[in-house]
Amino acid sequence: MNINTTKIISLLFFIFSAFYLYTAYQIQVFAFDENAPFNARTFPIYLGYAGLFFSGLKLILPDPNTIKVDHKNLEYKKTGILILIAIIYGATILKVGYFLTTSLFLFASYYFLGERRWILMFLLSFPFVAAFMYLLHGILDIYLRDPFLKSIGVMG
Amino acid sequence: MIEGILIGLTTALTIQNILMVMVGCFFGTIIGMLPGLGPMTAIALMIPITYGFDPATGLILMAGVYYGAVFGGSTSSILLNAPGVPGTVATSFDGYPMAQQGKAGKALAIAAWSSFAGGTLSAIYLLFMAPSLSKVSLSFRSPDYFALMILGLTAIAAFSSKGQFLKAMMMVVLGLMLASVGQDSLSDITRFTFDNMNLTDGISFVLVVMATFAMSEALTIILKRNDPTSAAKQVSLTELGSIKINKEERTKMYKTIPRSSVIGFLIGVLPGAGATIASFLAYGMERNVVSDEEKEKFGKGSVNGLSAPETANNAACSGSFVPMLTLGIPGSGTTAVMLGALLGFGVQPGPRLYMTNPEIFWSIIMSMYIGMVILLILNLPLIPYIARILAVPKNYLIPLILFFSVTGIYVMSFNNFDIYLMIGIAVVATFLRLYDFPMPPLILAFVLGGLMEENLRRSLLLSNGSWEFLWDRTLTACILATTILIVIWHIYKTFKKKI
Repeated sequence: MNINTTKIISLLFFIFSAFYLYTAYQIQVFAFDENAPFNARTFPIYLGYAGLFFSGLKLILPDPNTIKVDHKNLEYKKTGILILIAIIYGATILKVGYFLTTSLFLFASYYFLGERRWILMFLLSFPFVAAFMYLLHGILDIYLRDPFLKSIGVMG
Repeated sequence: MIEGILIGLTTALTIQNILMVMVGCFFGTIIGMLPGLGPMTAIALMIPITYGFDPATGLILMAGVYYGAVFGGSTSSILLNAPGVPGTVATSFDGYPMAQQGKAGKALAIAAWSSFAGGTLSAIYLLFMAPSLSKVSLSFRSPDYFALMILGLTAIAAFSSKGQFLKAMMMVVLGLMLASVGQDSLSDITRFTFDNMNLTDGISFVLVVMATFAMSEALTIILKRNDPTSAAKQVSLTELGSIKINKEERTKMYKTIPRSSVIGFLIGVLPGAGATIASFLAYGMERNVVSDEEKEKFGKGSVNGLSAPETANNAACSGSFVPMLTLGIPGSGTTAVMLGALLGFGVQPGPRLYMTNPEIFWSIIMSMYIGMVILLILNLPLIPYIARILAVPKNYLIPLILFFSVTGIYVMSFNNFDIYLMIGIAVVATFLRLYDFPMPPLILAFVLGGLMEENLRRSLLLSNGSWEFLWDRTLTACILATTILIVIWHIYKTFKKKI
């Protein structure tokens, strides 16, 4: 059996399924439901076994379509930075508000992806977000929480 | 039916809904032209916008995006040999050679008219078939539904990724596992929440779609250093030439379109199949039925070879609405996203939809006609101009996709946890995509998870815990036998390759 990344993913999925199955058996059901033909843990238990079955098959069966990924050509740095910016965006959006965080997120993302046309970057962040907010909040009546705009009296 | 058509027309022909069809078709055409970003991403990005609409309008918008994406995919397929969506791969076989012969405008015109005819004919089939199927499906019982869902999930796993059946089945199981998080629908017992209050209501469907499609596709583009907008830049520079179709070409199309639309529609109806298989089958069948002289032209710019897959892929789009509207079981990943959105609106698709919400049922069907006309107007004269809009550098496109994804979750829950969870799922999905683990089976399984458990529960309770319900009824047994055949066939194929 050749060890490749697909097999390692299958092994991880096998372990995950085993953990899922163990957790499924731990689901607390009502006493009167314990021996019922179907209770809250029945379906998850079947799923756990299905996960073990398919990932087990993938592990032991030959892999004729082995996928080879050239890691040297992958852009890990920019992807990592983008994920980090998205996490910071997620962490601040509730406290700071939609407008400021979204605009800064867009501006920072453009910058880290290599964009340097400052005027275009600005236009596609602050005014763009303002217009989008107007579409959602003003026209479509979708509530957008924004403590920052509220504090300066722009939003009610 | 006349009454239904009138209800549908009344709803679909409001200014707001016509505008939504136009916006949907326009946006779908743009996304469809970008290789790598398919209709599922386009529809997922539309979800936050639909929060402000009624269900009929929301679904009309999403349906417009769907046909638009398939329609737009054919443009990059013909002009650049770079299909925007998998359903338009077969279009490039004869469309691209035709464009290379200096007949790009003609190829686009043939594709546009074929798509229009295929979509319109299949909308007529849908018009007649959907109500009858709804009536038939009212006689379906829980075991039949359970078996149908198993078949749908197996079929999508079999067809979604060539030679990767087990990977797709693992994704199906993962989708069902994700759907099982949160409160059990009957007993309210919490499962797999690990005492986290944010998971009590389960994982949101929008979150999973945004993470596995919009966000993970954006991350994959950056990770693989792809530039989907480069294709669009070339489209805008291409000299199209005349868009006139002569009498001889029209005669060929008159014969091809009806048979390809039937194939496309029927394949679209089958769970898991869809536009890609429909277009390949129609192409293959057309090659077999034409004269030997015409057969020689296939692959070198044949009118029949271009018209057949284009008719079939659009017909399949309409066909894929049949299982969703009549059974409440989506036949493809794209209709699964739409089903999830409908459930979000509080509408339960299924055999009773056309009785309980006739305006939704009929307006979707009617909007297809309007959509086809709009696409015909859009695709032909406006393609070079649309392509210029697309020539936005990926440095802007990617952050905008991420922004739409996060906004979709933010306006839904106002919760940091959901944003982190979405980023986490997107990172895992990006890694899995690298190794060819398909995402559509995961989405379909996630949408069907709750319904599947519900139908299994009912079936087991009615049969006192016995699994005999699987073969008690002929219909259930036939559906399950088909499923087992698909599984055995694919596992056998894996073994055979090694031997």
